[in-house]
Amino acid sequence: MHELAVTQSIMEIAQRHARQAGAQRILAIHLVIGELTGFVDDSIQFYFDVLSKGSLAEGARLEFERIGARVRCHGCQAEYAPPDSRLWTCPSCGALGGEIVAGKEFYVASIEIES
Amino acid sequence: MSKQIPVIEEILSANDLIALENRKLLDAHGVLAVNIMASPGAGKTSVILRAIESLRGRLRIGVIEGDVAGRVDADKVAQTGTPVVQINTGGGCHLDAPQVQSALRQLPLSEIDLLFIENVGNLICPTGFALGDHLKLMVASVPEGHDKPLKYPGMFTVVDALLLNKIDLMPYLDFDLDAFRTAVRALNAEAPLFEVSCKTGAGIEDWVEWLIRQCS
Repeated sequence: MHELAVTQSIMEIAQRHARQAGAQRILAIHLVIGELTGFVDDSIQFYFDVLSKGSLAEGARLEFERIGARVRCHGCQAEYAPPDSRLWTCPSCGALGGEIVAGKEFYVASIEIES
Repeated sequence: MSKQIPVIEEILSANDLIALENRKLLDAHGVLAVNIMASPGAGKTSVILRAIESLRGRLRIGVIEGDVAGRVDADKVAQTGTPVVQINTGGGCHLDAPQVQSALRQLPLSEIDLLFIENVGNLICPTGFALGDHLKLMVASVPEGHDKPLKYPGMFTVVDALLLNKIDLMPYLDFDLDAFRTAVRALNAEAPLFEVSCKTGAGIEDWVEWLIRQCS
């Protein structure tokens, strides 16, 4: 559901940067989305197709770059990808948990425009 | 001619800026805001009502209620004489900073020490949207099962404290408390876990004492 508001925000950011660069049209929007953010590509694409009609971004390609989750062990400092639906335990030393160092990204990285 | 333009802009930056304004407004009035998140039915409103009862004469409370529709929760809070604002998200799965900003304008902030912001019942979306709160609290409950931390890790990683509610139902259900505690610790080494029952009042006082310490 909340992908609607998020997609409006993506449109606003992309169009502002495109106008500043004197674009005629936005050809592509490159998004970086961490695995832990819970935002769904298909849903963003769906709203984008509707919202972008008649705008600078109509027909633009959405490129999703997914960043996997990474956790740094509290014990031995090793970094690992936390397993899905199982306890987060360090594969190197067996300690529980750790600090999330990747997977929460959620930003517009770049746009491709026609000028 | 096509060209690439670097942007690097947080998609939720507009929400984050308003959350920052909310925080400044709260700080200017000396209000501590606690964002309460949980599944529907875990007992968010019940823990707020328990805290209101227990803190009477000790801290001045205010409440923002977030729900998809209706005033059911706000009416319960209003009956206690506590200032409350109901936000209806109209289908939205979480509160956002602009909604909280408009609710803050309707509250007598100079007469409030502790503000509970009850988020929409949902274990996923509320973690993505900053509100300007000082503390995040999750209410889990025994009937939901001990495996929730494995299935919804995100929320467990961001909270400052957890309540496990409905512990009075433990004898009737197959809830593995040790497995729950271990799974919580794997995701969040710091947050205190309070085991409570809003039905019997068990454990509530420990949590309320913790809240008082956060306000001082």
